[in-house]
Formats: sequence, C-alpha cells, structure tokens
Amino acid sequence: MQTDGHKLGFADVNNDVVRSLVVTGRNYYITLGTAIFVMLACFFFPWFYQLFYGIGAAGMNQPTVWGTYLASFIFWIGLSHSGTLLSCVLHITNSEWRKAMYRSAEAMTLFSLMVAAMMVMVHVGRPWFIHWAAPYPNQMEMWPNFRSPLLFDVMAITTYLTGSLIFIYMGSIPDFAAVRDRTTGWRHHLYVLLSLGWRGSDTEWHRLGWAYTFLAVLIIPLAVSVHSIVSWDFAMSIVPGLHQTIFAPYFVVGAIYSGTAGIVTVMYFLRKYMKFEQYITTLHFDNLGRLLLVLSLLWSYINILELFTGWYSGTSTEYEQLKYKLTGYYAPLYWEMILFCAIAPLLLISKRFRTSFVPMLILSIAINIGMYTERFLIISTTLSRQYLPESWRLYVPSLVELSIIVGSVAMFVTLFLLFVKIFPSVSIYEVKETMPTPKAEKGDLEWQATP
Amino acid sequence: MNFIERFAASWREYRKPGYYDRFDYAWTMTIDLDRCTGCSACVTACQAENNVPIVGEEEIAKGRKIQWIRIERYWEGEFPDAKLKFIPMLCQHCDAAPCETVCPVSATYHNQDGLNVQVYNRCIGTRSCAVYCPYEVRYFNYYDHHWDPPLEQQLNPDVSVREKGVMEKCTFCIQRIRQAKDQAKDDGRRRVKDGEVQPACVQTCPSEALVFGDRQDPDSKVSKQMNDPRAYRVLEDLNTSPSVVYLKKVDADAD
Repeated sequence: MQTDGHKLGFADVNNDVVRSLVVTGRNYYITLGTAIFVMLACFFFPWFYQLFYGIGAAGMNQPTVWGTYLASFIFWIGLSHSGTLLSCVLHITNSEWRKAMYRSAEAMTLFSLMVAAMMVMVHVGRPWFIHWAAPYPNQMEMWPNFRSPLLFDVMAITTYLTGSLIFIYMGSIPDFAAVRDRTTGWRHHLYVLLSLGWRGSDTEWHRLGWAYTFLAVLIIPLAVSVHSIVSWDFAMSIVPGLHQTIFAPYFVVGAIYSGTAGIVTVMYFLRKYMKFEQYITTLHFDNLGRLLLVLSLLWSYINILELFTGWYSGTSTEYEQLKYKLTGYYAPLYWEMILFCAIAPLLLISKRFRTSFVPMLILSIAINIGMYTERFLIISTTLSRQYLPESWRLYVPSLVELSIIVGSVAMFVTLFLLFVKIFPSVSIYEVKETMPTPKAEKGDLEWQATP
Repeated sequence: MNFIERFAASWREYRKPGYYDRFDYAWTMTIDLDRCTGCSACVTACQAENNVPIVGEEEIAKGRKIQWIRIERYWEGEFPDAKLKFIPMLCQHCDAAPCETVCPVSATYHNQDGLNVQVYNRCIGTRSCAVYCPYEVRYFNYYDHHWDPPLEQQLNPDVSVREKGVMEKCTFCIQRIRQAKDQAKDDGRRRVKDGEVQPACVQTCPSEALVFGDRQDPDSKVSKQMNDPRAYRVLEDLNTSPSVVYLKKVDADAD
C-alpha cells in the first residue's frame, strides 16, 4: 500500500470507509436521481413499448434477426469478466495491489451480469416464457434442449452469478462487522444481519481465509468457461465468419480486456468522488495499464489470426465475408474498432501515460467503445451476408435499440451507486494487512477495537 | 424388471445404429427447375393455406416479409443478354438440421415423419434458429398480425394463427399429412399412398414442377425423380441433408 504524504493508520482506514458509506453529499443524490430517471426513461419505457407492440420496435430484419440487444448482452457479460476473475487471479498470486480495488471490481462483475440478464429479457420475443429455458420439473414434462449452446449459456451465467455473489459477500463479512460496530440506526441492524455474528476470532479468520482461497480457485476456470460458452452461441452455427474455433479464446480475451478497461473507468470515479485518493493510487493505474497493454496485444493477435483463417480457408463464403468486413458497409466501424482497441492502447507503453489519471480514463472509455463495436460487428457483418445472396440485407439499429443501450448504462450506474452506500467499497481488513502493525500509544486504543 | 434393467434395455435400443434415422415416413419434395416458370402460384397458395400473415408494404421494405415459400431470383449477365433463374426456396426439412440443436427450449424438433416441426406455443423467440439456418427460411413475427374483416373468414381452421414473438416456417402442410394418415388408418391401410397427400404449393403448381411424396417408398414419384442425374441439394456441402431435392435447369446455351 502506497501512502502519499502522511501515514495511514488502522483507525483512518475504518473511518474513511465508514465515511464513504454514511456521509452522503448533495451531488450523490443528484447523480443517483439522474441515473434512475435515465434508466426509467431510456430503458424501461422503450422496453415496455416493445413488449406491448412486439420486437418490430427494434431494427432487426430477416437475415439479421439478432441485433444490438445481443451485442449488449455480450458486452455486459464481457465487462463482468475482469472483476471477479482478476480479483481471484491476483488473490492466489498474492498481489498486494489488488487489495484496495478488488471489492468494487467484483461489484462491477455482479452488476454487469445483472444488466446482461436484463438484455436477454429485452432480446427474446416472448420474455414472459423465459423460465422455460431453465431445467425445472414441470407439469408439461418438458426439459429444455440440453444440446443447445444457449442452454449452456443459461447454466454458465447462473453459476457465475451465484459464484461471484458468494465470493464478494464472503470477502466482505469482516468489513460488515467493522461497519456494524461503528454505525447506528437501520444501518446497524442491516450490518448485524449481514456480518453473520462475526467476532474476529482466530478460528473465524482461519476458516474465512481457507474458504476464500477455495472459492477463488473455483471461480477462475468458471469465468473462463462462461465467455467460451457465450462464444459458442455463435461459433456453433454454420454462418460464415462465425463458425470458427478461435472464437472461445477470442471472446475470453476480449472480455477480460473490456473488463479491465471498465475497472480503470470505475477506479477513476471512485477515487475522485469517494475521496479514496490514498487507497487507489498511481500504482493501481500503472499495474492495470500494463495488464491492458498485454491484453490489447493478445486481442490484436487473435484479430490477425481471424483474418488469416478467413483468407487461408479458401472457401468463397469465408473469403467474401472477410472482404465485406474490411471494405463493406460496416467497414468504418471495423477500422474504428482497430483504432480504439489495437492502436490507441499502444500508448500504454509509456509509464507517464499509465500513471496519469485523465488519459487513462479517456483510453479506458475508448477501449470499451471499441469493444462494443466489436460485438456489434460480430453480429451485423456476418448475419447480413450469409450463403444465399438473395436474402442479403443491411441492418441498422432503431431508436428504441439505441435508447436501450443508453438506459442499460444508466441501470449499471444506478446499481453501482446504490452499492457504494451499502457495501464498504474498499476492503477494510485487506488494506490493513498491507500496513505495518500500529503500536499503541497513550489515549489511542482505537485499533484494538477493530476486528 | 427393475429400473436398472429397464434403463439398460432402452439404452441398448437407443444406441443401435440408425435408431435416430428411423422414421415412419421420409417426406420429400422435388423441385424441377426446368419446369419452374417463377409464376409464384405456390407462394400465394401457401399464404392462403397456412394463414401466413400479410405484413404490409412498410414491413416488407424493412425486410420482414413472411413467405414460407419464396421464389429467389438470380440474374445472370448484363441487360441485353440477361438471363433470369428461379429457385423456389422453402424449409428444407434437413435431417441434420442446425436449427434443431440450437433451440434452448426444443421448440423445433424432428418428428416421426422425418419433418422438421416448429411448436409455436413453446417458442420463446430467441431467433437463434433463424441465425443457424443457412437457407434463411425461418420467419419471425415482429408484430401481432391481424386480418381485416371479412378477410378473417378465409383463415384456415386447421392451422393456428401465430402471435408476436414466435418463429414460423414451412411445415410441408403438416395438417394435410395428418389428415391423410388418419384417412389411411380409417381405411385399414398401414401407409399413406403415393400422391394421396400434397402440400398446397404442390397442388397449385401449374407446371407440376413440385412433386411431394415419401422417399422410403422406392416406387414413389419423388424416389424416381431423386435418381435423376440432374438432382442436387442446395448447399449440400454443409451436410445438413435436406429433404428438398432440386432438379437442375438444363441450359441449352451453356458451353
């Protein structure tokens, strides 16, 4: 833990984190209010309109029956990838710098998974029957189709969501206890419930440490499998441009890439507006920047491979697909994606860039715009040009679809804003682990009371 | 017989080669492109028989027309020497159908007649079957469609009207196949005779380009046509094994 200027004590950590929960300024309420309003106006209103009139409200047409809804779904699932996965990897590799940022990164996972689940509801034609995709005993004596990659998806995402939820909750129990001891009123009662009677005994710490590492090891392969399975929704079809073995690693790398960029964005705002300057420092941005650089190079490599296989396959359909992608109607978007996700991140080579906050924020947002474009292109370029030329047709998203994209971002922001007021968004006990043990001075016994 | 023995017995049965290919019938359609004039009578007949909605001009412009059978047109050459070719395109009722594996709720599956059927009531509208289908013959109901009076009087009572949010496609007029099978049973016959059942498009085709029948019966008209040297299947290299066989157009001017 780097401390700039004055030295942080154990009590300061407790006080700072509890302050972030309890003290709420006017700006917070204004932001929350705006986010909720945008969510209702841009997500729920158009969605209800679409439920009432039909999917026709979106711009989908005959060959391109999938659209931005599914692109958003992949995008949010991708964004969910870095939080818990990164936290787990860094936990088992004993990286000290993880400790100040992992809680909010895991929350990002949770909320983007929730938004992704909402996107599925928006995507399907009859969402009121969506429960049929879950295997449960019913009077129809019908099971879902276990051969379907979409069903694998349902399973994988549910498992990942459950796993991430347990992981973030379990890691927060000592913090809930710490906050419990420092709050009053309804908050106190809430944290009494959430902390499950944590007293901070040796046995408790031992068991928590063991279970936490166990879950971390369990979640890593799970996270990798989730996005592989999402890619199979596409790769298991026989559509030229989608039917590729590279898709699973392509999606996983892309997901971690956009997720890491998402963490940088969230870290920036958390640092600025929750006054966590002493906890989230240039060290974190430097390390995340290095990770982003590696991921961007990997991502570019896989993109080159994708072009190569298209060219090397020699089949006319794959080749036409490739040509369409590079020079066709959607080509400007393709080159925008290359600029944002492959060329711009090369700036990260410079340490000065990695340690300056505003450029990192701009780059991280640009990367996520590029990654959204990638998901959109995966759907639009391939589906609009399939085998039979007679049914080729362009796809342009409608106003309802664009509004729902904006609304889904607002939904994510709303969930995150509620989170920072309920969950200690910086891990109290793990930050303390990185600090030297304080020595008791006269009249300063506060550290003894903290669990 | 206890549970384990019963399980083992059925397991052995399921594992026999060809278990999943053994159907009561293997309904097949042959389309002779030499005879096809592109008159679109089949399209109209299908529309009337199967309550296929008329989506309207605006929706057609958006590319959301619903035609269970459509005439694909391909032009060859430039204006003075232009040539027009037709291919009627309908659900190919593939024996290895990509759409069947992807549906998460099994709303589309292979039935005992070797048909690829779509259960409208089960469909949740993920539209993944339409993405997986290389022939682009699955049509999605983007809206609820209605028939202005008195047009609703002409709806076929044997076929359901589909609601918004479900996928639909050619069924080989399954209601007529069912009727023919019932008739055969009532008459004490084991099987439907060749030519006894015809989908609406086949019945209407003025040049008899479309022929329908059971390819398990070696004497049926389709079986004979399938052995024609001109016979081919569309996108055969994708290994979907379609049940619609096309007879190539013989071009007298070709080199």
